[in-house]
Formats: sequence, structure tokens, C-alpha cells
Amino acid sequence: MSYLEYNVKFVPTGLRKVLYINWVLVILLTSVAGLGFLMLYSVAGGSMDPWAGAQMKRFALGMSLMFIIAMVPIWFWRNMAVLAFGASLILLLLVDLVGVTGMGAQRWIDLGFMRLQPSELTKITLVMVLAAYYDWLDVSKVSRPLWVLLPLAMILVPTAMVLRQPDLGTSILLVAGGGAMMFLAGVNLFYFIAVIAAGVGLVTAVLVSKGTEWQILKDYQYRRIDTFLDPASDPLGAGYHITQSKITLGSGGWTGKGFMQGTQSRLSFLPEKHTDFIFTTLAEEFGFLGAASLLAMYLLIIIFCVVTALQNRDRFSSLLTLGIATTFFLFFAVNMSMVMGLAPVVGVPLPMVSYGGSAMLVLLVGFGLVQSAHVHKARQK
Amino acid sequence: MRRSPADTERSARSISRRGLFLGGVQMTFAGLLIGRMRFMQVDQADEYRMLADENRINIRLIPPARGLVYDRKGVLLAGNEQNYRIVMVREDAGDPEEIIARLAHLVALDPEETADAVKEMKRRSPFVPVTVADRITWEDFAEVAVNAPALPGVTPEVGLSRIYPLDSDLAHILGYVGPVSDYDLSRLDDQDPLLQIPRFQIGKSGVEAKLERSLRGSAGTRQIEVNAVGRVMRELGRQEGDAGQNVQLTINHSLQNYVQQRLAGESAAAVVMDTVTGDILAIGSAPTFDPNKFVHGISLADYKALNEDPYRPLYNKSAAGLYPPGSTFKMVTALAALEDDLIDLDETVTCNGYTELHNRRFHCWKRGGHGKVNLVKSLRESCDVYYYDLAQRAGIERISAMGRKLGLGEKHDLPLSGIARGLMPTKSWKLESGKGEWVVGDSLNASIGQGFVLASPLQLAVMTARIASGTAIEPRLVRAIDGVETPIKGNVPLEGIDPENLAAVRRGMYEVVNGQRGTAGRSKVVAEGLRMAGKTGTSQVRNITKAERARGVTSNADLPWERRDHALFVCYAPHDNPRIAVSVVVEHGGGGSTAAAPIGRDILLQAHYDGLPPLSAYPSSQRGTIRSQQNNLDLRAPVEPSEGRDRV
Repeated sequence: MSYLEYNVKFVPTGLRKVLYINWVLVILLTSVAGLGFLMLYSVAGGSMDPWAGAQMKRFALGMSLMFIIAMVPIWFWRNMAVLAFGASLILLLLVDLVGVTGMGAQRWIDLGFMRLQPSELTKITLVMVLAAYYDWLDVSKVSRPLWVLLPLAMILVPTAMVLRQPDLGTSILLVAGGGAMMFLAGVNLFYFIAVIAAGVGLVTAVLVSKGTEWQILKDYQYRRIDTFLDPASDPLGAGYHITQSKITLGSGGWTGKGFMQGTQSRLSFLPEKHTDFIFTTLAEEFGFLGAASLLAMYLLIIIFCVVTALQNRDRFSSLLTLGIATTFFLFFAVNMSMVMGLAPVVGVPLPMVSYGGSAMLVLLVGFGLVQSAHVHKARQK
Repeated sequence: MRRSPADTERSARSISRRGLFLGGVQMTFAGLLIGRMRFMQVDQADEYRMLADENRINIRLIPPARGLVYDRKGVLLAGNEQNYRIVMVREDAGDPEEIIARLAHLVALDPEETADAVKEMKRRSPFVPVTVADRITWEDFAEVAVNAPALPGVTPEVGLSRIYPLDSDLAHILGYVGPVSDYDLSRLDDQDPLLQIPRFQIGKSGVEAKLERSLRGSAGTRQIEVNAVGRVMRELGRQEGDAGQNVQLTINHSLQNYVQQRLAGESAAAVVMDTVTGDILAIGSAPTFDPNKFVHGISLADYKALNEDPYRPLYNKSAAGLYPPGSTFKMVTALAALEDDLIDLDETVTCNGYTELHNRRFHCWKRGGHGKVNLVKSLRESCDVYYYDLAQRAGIERISAMGRKLGLGEKHDLPLSGIARGLMPTKSWKLESGKGEWVVGDSLNASIGQGFVLASPLQLAVMTARIASGTAIEPRLVRAIDGVETPIKGNVPLEGIDPENLAAVRRGMYEVVNGQRGTAGRSKVVAEGLRMAGKTGTSQVRNITKAERARGVTSNADLPWERRDHALFVCYAPHDNPRIAVSVVVEHGGGGSTAAAPIGRDILLQAHYDGLPPLSAYPSSQRGTIRSQQNNLDLRAPVEPSEGRDRV
């Protein structure tokens, strides 16, 4: 905000900021998380243990973080962006060295009180650093090759590290999120066309390399792709997840089987029922109406973000808000596509609902930044 | 960073445009997701719901209680007993070996069985119950139940298993049950899902096998909800199956017990048949075995002992054993000749001790000959030469046809294992079986029940019953299934046999027992109204060679057991109003009159009195011997009829 605008606009200060926090967003997030607690309670067979209770504590922690971050001026966060990004890169490097292996992949750093997933953190810090970069960069230089290569490196370095864990889901989210940031910042469309063409080439390469010495993905990742393309080929093996997931979702019908009445999840036919596949339990127990309601709440959150971003004259704030909204969108879009059999199983949680501390904390930190941007936006006097 | 307002405006507009565009893309994608969701959850819901139900609902079979078998008086012959066993669930036990060690302090365990159980537990899902000990006593069962808190994962359980309360008495009739094997599955062509239950018990032989369909019953089903790894979560529905049908046999259990005891020590068979109804009252085959051992799983050593015993205890000699009927066949030859008027009732044939045919001598058992012999005398004294003569007049075809009319050479329809057809030889049969042309000598041998002629004790009993009653009575072993009585069959006069001829043959048979010089004279019954008629038989197992005859080796006692003659006796009583027919075969027992006839008489009297006969039924000179013989029998105490199936 230029100093000239101080005459006609103001930014709330002190405790008055609380009034400018967007409470609708808070209510939406709480509702979504509440739905998540219900589902976690249900898949545990009607028990707070082992998931619902723990999830609530994390939500409380995340909410507190969100409020704290919202109170801090957005320009402070802009200045912190590079530092945060650097820190998450170092954490990613640490995962390689001291990480805990789980589910065939090395993703966590055990902090004692919780397991931190730096790849989750990277999703937000990447958005921050890109927003800060394009805020700093002269608008006219945005599409110059050199200035395109720099953010591209910022995206690909963490992506490569995440892919090494290996975590395909997060890699896709990082690339898509980062790409969206560049698109929003106004990078020339030809770059995107070129990247998409390259992407098609890469997919071809991945598929062609299967079974050869220079095979790009791990065997289990190929299996997932195969079973995605034809789940019926291996109904009791790798295709089991997809098949059971679709059965769970489809058998819900209009109104569902009722809370705690879902047979698929309660009887463990559904794999990963408390994490990646929790959406199907929701769809099974509350039916199409329940599942559509969740999607509607997600969309309201996105719409709020887009609206506040468009109203914001601060370039960093706008880009950050849109970037976080896009990341959020990618979470649920990929997750839902995955459980509905529209995309391969890549291991992306349902935001704010799936059991998992890192993702929820990181998302709430992200929405803290959105709130901060919203609170500290210049308003007409 | 400071920027001009224009710059900010332009960048804001650019972000707005692209932000709106991206938002639009996101909305569109969300719309796609909603559409897909609607398609799956609304349009395809039924399909997925069905798949979900298939996932969770599993049908388990409830094995039905096997049908019970009773004797004619309602005494239980085959029942189901509660069987106590210990089962263990691995996941509840924690360390199975540790728990089994603890269990071994309480009850005696077979280390081999427990080792197998541990292996089985490791192989199967952790929640599957595995049997650690089977057929434990009630005391052990209680011991385990009381100590349950110290034995996590261990449960004492109650199941049903087959028991034969009269153990070895009816082994050959009832047969036994055993766990279904792969061989059974390939043999039976039975689609009953019950057979897929591991270790499900089915009839392996005898009545248990032949009446399997009635006795088995039908499976009940239990609809259970299972989770993805097959653990039972809860029962959704239950449909009880039908218990097997109860079967009542015509056997009299106490007579059966007597027959087995009377035959004990010999390798012998005896059949007792009601001449009016055809009811088989007893089928004895000695030695016998305990079918309960087979149900429990017989040890290899025991099985080997049974299998290698030269007396062949596992073999039902009454129905499956075939013997040359010897002189007991003479009634058939006589009737064949009489029927076509090839000989008169009083016509005599002179017996010089042999018949010469084509330079070959066919001997009579009596070296010196019987002199002039008519029909009655030929039967009474069992003259062979008389029948050699008849054979030449009648020919083999007539003799065999008569034999078939009287129930020989025919497979009687009884639910027993290995029922033998026997053999009534004909000319074409000999030719077809590659033994060459039929010669007159063959007919001569056949006429006295030697040569190719073969019959089982069961067939001989049927023959005797038909001669005695003059009807074509069929044997009946099953009196009722599930309360529905089996009809009596063949209770009509024998077709194509003149009652007068039958009467003459019967007179001859009466003379065998009661006449002067009757071959069974020592086995007389003196009780009034219970006079017995019969016929002895002694059948050669091998030909006596000329050299032997010259050496004088004709005494059975000089020969090894397996080369001695078979002793046979058939009889019925009362002679003037026949009710009971008996056939006895003592393998390698020697002479029919000494080895078989006394047994036949004892069995017949026992059947008539339905208990030990009074000594007054025996000739006074024999009463002392009979008393000590009766005292020496190890008879079963009377068994009360059971109250029906509630005993289970």
C-alpha cells in the first residue's frame, strides 16, 4: 500500500482487528472439522479413541495458531516467507536423514509430541514464497525467461525432494499449486502450454519406462496407475482399495445408511478408512446429501477466498489468498477424484476431515494467513 | 518494495482476471465431482448397495443332528453323544504355546495333537478357533471351564458325535461314520454343501452309508455379518435345518447280541429271518469290531490288526461272503427236478457210493453208499448220488432257474455294504467267462452245491424262508424311516413251484433233524409245537486229490484251518407253521451237522423265545451241556427301549 492511500483508506489496528476477522470462514472451517470428528468417531466404532479425540486437540491447536497468525500484520509474514520456505526445505532434507518410515514412504520427522510432515508444511511455504517473489518482482518482468526459471526452481526443488520420499500426492499438489501461483501472477500463457506439452511427454515417459532400467516411478506406483485404469483386473489385490472405495461411496444412496450404520467402513472393508478414504464413509453414512453438503462448504470457503483476494489491493495478499485457496481446492479435488475412481490413488487427505495432524495444522496456518490478509487489507474510510 | 499506483492497478486487474478464471475452473471441477457423486450414489446406488451386502453377509452352515437308528423294539443302536472338546483362539491366547503348557497341567493332552493345533493356529487367521483336545471327559471339561480366567483364549465346547451303544454287536450292519474325505467327494457326486464342512461325518459303510441321505438331514444356515478379514461380527438370521430322519431296523438287538456271542471264536456268519414278513432279525458275522473306534479315528496299529486278521473281522460275511452252499443246495436241485416231473416223489435211485461218468467217479460222502434212496431219504441222509442222478435229468439251466426263484444268485436290496450276488451258473455264463463248454460233470458238482455254485448266508436264509413259507418273500432290514413303515415285499405264493413238491422237500428237511439217521439228528428240538426242520451242508474248499483219498487224509482235523471244509446249516421252525428261518456258515468249521447245526438250533430257539430258551426245549441228554454253554455266554444285559430322539 502506498503511503498516498493512507488518506482515504485505513487498516484496523490493535484489538479492533478481531472484529475484522472473517467469522464466516471460521464457522465454515469449524463445521467441516466437526463433520470430520463425527466421521472419525463413527469409523472408530462409536468411540473418541483413537482418532476423534486426538483430532479435536489438533483442531484446537490449529485454530489458536490461526487466530495468532491472523493478528500479525500480513507484511510481517511477507518478510518471513523466504525464511519459512528455507526452513521447510531444510526439514525436507532432514526427513531424508532422520525420517520415520511409514506406509512404504519416509515422510515424518518425529518431534516427540507429534509427527511432523514437512511435505505438508511445504505446501503453504511454497505459496508464501511465490507470493512474496511476485510481490517483489516488477510486473513487467514476470514473463521473462530468467524470472520464470527462478520460481520454477522454487517449485521443483521441494517437489523433487518430496518425490524421493516417495510421496506422489504431495508432489502433484506442489507442482499444481506452484503452477497456479505463476498463472495468477500473470506469467505468459505460452509457458503453460509448453509445460502441459512437456507434462504429456513426461507421462508418456513414465509409462514407457515401466519395466526398463531407467524406470521413473516405484513399482507400487505403477501398480496404482494400472489398477486405476482397470480396478477389476485385480479385485482382491491392488484394485481392492478402489473397488471397495466405490462400493462404500455408491452404497450410500441419497440419504445414506445413517450415522454409525455404514457397513463398509465399520467392517473394515474400506482401507485407510480414517485417513484418505474418509470421504467415502461420509458418503456411505450420510448419502449424497451429506457428501454434497461437504463439497458445498468447501466451495464456500474457496468463494470467500476468491472474493477477499479480489478486493485486496495488496499483491502479496491477493496471491497468497488465492494460492492457499487453490492448494485447499487441490486437496479435496484430488482426494475426491481418487475415492470416486476418477484419479489414481496417490495419497492425498481430505482437508480438515481426514485424520492427520500435520495437514490440519498446516491448513489452519494457511487460513491464518488468509485471515491476516483479510484483516490487514486496506479498507475505504 | 514501492510501486506506482498504476502498476498496482494493472497487476490487481491481472490477478482478478486470472483469479476469477481459476475460481471458475475450480467451480467447474467441483460441479464435475458433484455430478459423478450423484451418478454413483443415486443412479448406481442399488448396484453398489448389493455389492456392499455381498461383502458383509456370509452364510454359515449349521450341521444337522444325524438321524438315530433303533432296533425293532425301539432300542437305540446308533445315537449322537455330546462330545467335549477344547478349542483355542490364537489372538485371545497371546502365546499359544504358553497357554497350552498351562493347560497341560490341568488335563492330559496329546503332545502330537497339540503340536498340530499350534501349527494350525499359526497358519489360520488369529481369530479362528482351533481344536486343541477332542473327546475329553466331563471332569476335564469342567476343570477347564473353572480355570477359564487363567486360560485366555481357551474355551471348552460341546459338539455332537456318533456313538454306537451296542458297540461291536451291529458293526457289520450299521457300519460307521467318519470325516468326509476327498475320495468320498469324488465318489459320491453329492452337491450337499454340508460335505464342504471340514471333518463333517458321513456314513462310510453299512446302513450309515446306504441310508446316508435319510440319516444326514439338511443343513441349517446362519447368516452372519463378517468384516473384511472374515471375523464374525454378529448373527443376522438363522434358519434351522432338518435333523436327519430316524431309522428303525428289523433287527432284534438282543438276538443280534446272542448271535454274535454264539458265533464268537469262530470265523462264521448267521442270518435270522422272519419267514412271514421277511424281517431280518439278526445278521451275525464273527469276528466283529468296535465301530466306535472308527468314529474316534482308529489307530494305525489297531486298523492293521483288524485288516490282517485271517478271520477278517471287517468283512460282513453274512452278506458279502460267498460260499459253496454244499448240501444245503440239494432242496434246489430236488425242486428243479420235481417241478418238471423228471422224478416222482417216491421214485428211488440206488446209491453205491459213487456215480461213474465218462470214466470219472463222483463220490457220495458215504463211501459204502445209501442203497435205495427216495427224495425224503436223500435229504435226511444227504445222499449225493441221488442228486447226481437228478442233475443229469434236469440239467444246469433248470437247477439255476430254481435257485434264482428261491433267492440265490440275486443281489437282495438291503442297505448293507458289499452285498454279494453269488452265482447260479448257466452254460452261457461259463462260456462267457472263458471257462469253456459246460460239461455234465459241472452239473453234477452244482447239484450238491459245489463247483461253480456260490451263495451268501443271507441268500441261504432267504432260500430257507421261501421254502418254508412257500412265498417269494423278500428280506427286509429297514422297518421304518422317519415313522413311515417299509412295505413287506414278496408275500405271495412262489410262482411255478407246486406246493406239493414244496411239502415233500419240507418233509425231507423235517426228517433231517427229527428222523432216524437224520444228519442233524443231534440238533433236535423237543419243545412241542417248535419242531425244527433243516438241512446240513459241508462244502469242500478244495478238491480231495486221489492221492489224499488213497492216503486216507479225509479228516478235517488233519488239515490246516484254511483248507478245512465249511460247515453250513439252514433251518426253520416250527416245521408245521414256519415263522423263523436261520442260516449258519462256519468257515472251515468242518462238518455241517457238528459245527453248524447246533449253532443254528440255538439261534433259532433264541429267536423264538426272544431270550435264552428253556432247557426243556432241548433233548434231555443234552441239557447239561447246553446249560453250561448258556452260562458261558457273555450276553449283554437287557437294554430298555429309548424314549425317542429326545435323548440327544
